[in-house]
Amino acid sequence: MNSAHAMNDATQAARQADRAQPLLQVRGLGKLYGPQKGCQGVDFTLYPGEVLGIVGESGSGKSTLLSLLSGRCPPDAGVIDYRRRDGRWLDVYSASEAERRTLLRTEWAFVEQNPRDGLRMSVSAGANIGERLMAQGVRNYQALRAAGLDWLAQVEIDPQRIDDLPRTFSGGMQQRLQIARNLVSGPRLVFMDEPTGGLDVSVQARLLDLMRGLVRELDLAVVLVTHDLAVARLLADRLMVMRRSQVVEAGLTDQILDDPQHPYSQLLVSSVLQP
Amino acid sequence: MNAATQPRPRRDDAYNFAYLDEQTKRMIRRGLLKAVAIPGYQVPFGGREMPLPYGWGTGGMQLTAAILGADDVLKVIDQSADDTTNAVSIRRFFARTAGVATTEQTAQASIIQTRHRIPETPLTADQIMVFQVPNPDPLRFIEPLESETRTLHALKDYGVMHVKLYEDIATFGHIATAYAYPVTVAGRYVMDPSPIPKFDNPKLHMSPALMLFGAGREKRLYAVPPYTQVSSLDFEDHPFAPQRWEQHCAICGSEDTFLDELIVDDQGTQSFVCSDTDYCAQRVAQGRDGQ
Repeated sequence: MNSAHAMNDATQAARQADRAQPLLQVRGLGKLYGPQKGCQGVDFTLYPGEVLGIVGESGSGKSTLLSLLSGRCPPDAGVIDYRRRDGRWLDVYSASEAERRTLLRTEWAFVEQNPRDGLRMSVSAGANIGERLMAQGVRNYQALRAAGLDWLAQVEIDPQRIDDLPRTFSGGMQQRLQIARNLVSGPRLVFMDEPTGGLDVSVQARLLDLMRGLVRELDLAVVLVTHDLAVARLLADRLMVMRRSQVVEAGLTDQILDDPQHPYSQLLVSSVLQP
Repeated sequence: MNAATQPRPRRDDAYNFAYLDEQTKRMIRRGLLKAVAIPGYQVPFGGREMPLPYGWGTGGMQLTAAILGADDVLKVIDQSADDTTNAVSIRRFFARTAGVATTEQTAQASIIQTRHRIPETPLTADQIMVFQVPNPDPLRFIEPLESETRTLHALKDYGVMHVKLYEDIATFGHIATAYAYPVTVAGRYVMDPSPIPKFDNPKLHMSPALMLFGAGREKRLYAVPPYTQVSSLDFEDHPFAPQRWEQHCAICGSEDTFLDELIVDDQGTQSFVCSDTDYCAQRVAQGRDGQ
């Protein structure tokens, strides 16, 4: 019991030390497809364990920003610096493609809006969860199997379904499987694009509850794109409000939702039906 | 019945030597040099139309045409048999267009074009194997985009290869992939060894003979140079294991060769025979039988 406590303390101390330094620094980031189409002039700093929500209307540049951040699409301007687990800083877009891909399958994770884009639909749930581990060189079938069973349990899917194809899963289960598949490699930074989109309200609530637990437990930093302010309020520590390719307001979630300053934020917040 | 080496026939002068024009053969040889220099790497080449359909060995034939010399002795096998339609046709094609000697005996041949098998008789350093390949890219089954598979090869990003093996074990309890079993060549490129059974995979490892692979439809060629390390992909707790048979060959009694199963009557009686007809005939000539 004591040793467990001591280790817990040690982990806590390590987390505290890690939290003192930023994880991601973004300066002047932009990519425009046309005037005010895309995103421009984005600056922010993300710390370990922090959840940043990006909200805004359709076409405001949220998803463009997310693909720039996650290394999927080179920006026209700006720099993204990421602090790796070994403490060295990496400029994401001046790094080699090999480094960027390694990052994407080890320290980063991407949860797609549509689980069909993020899962391999033709292979079993267990293979989906094991893929990142295999890409990292795990060559022990029993270990992969154990990880699969463990993660299915963690995302509240019956472990007996480990050999079933994802297409036999419901939408909510597919989304949870996608989360398991991404988190199995122990990432530090997770990008999520509308993770609860297309799910019914009760499934949404369960998924949000699960995500909130996992984010806290694993001390994940998350960049979350959503148009749903309720999701943002539940998960995000900080918010950035985007409109016509620009960030119009940024700050603590409660602050923005309870006391919006920019006229567009005010419009956005007031458009939500109050119970 | 096993014919010995056929002496050099008269070449049909209406064709250029070995059918292809000299420029094309030069282009393929340049590709082959690159392939040998980078073991397992798929080199694109400008594949030509051959006078038979894709899927019948056009890739292998173009490589054979490019490396064939007037003094070579050619052996062609299909499913390891010398007397099947495809093998007979290709052998006759090169006898006519190049006027080379042909043989059915592995030991006599200097070039062996094959589909599906590596001969049972051990190869030597003065022989070249030419494989006919349908799908050169082992990543194709999981990644349809060519640009993406090339990037995965370039970055040595081969995690997805094990997804297939994992799926096999999860479904069947063992690695059920029995042919075109992926291998790592010289510790770098993952390669599809063409549809040879995994029984033949160990023969690729440190082979004294040069192995050339040609895919006509996909227009790719690749190579395993002599004495190159070739290892089959597997898991620590499910190691690679070639096929084994309880039976022995009904004709020559061999117990360590690749056997074909034959159904010999309407009652479903099974009989097993060597798939390598030349090897089997040699053993019979040495006085062995299956009784």
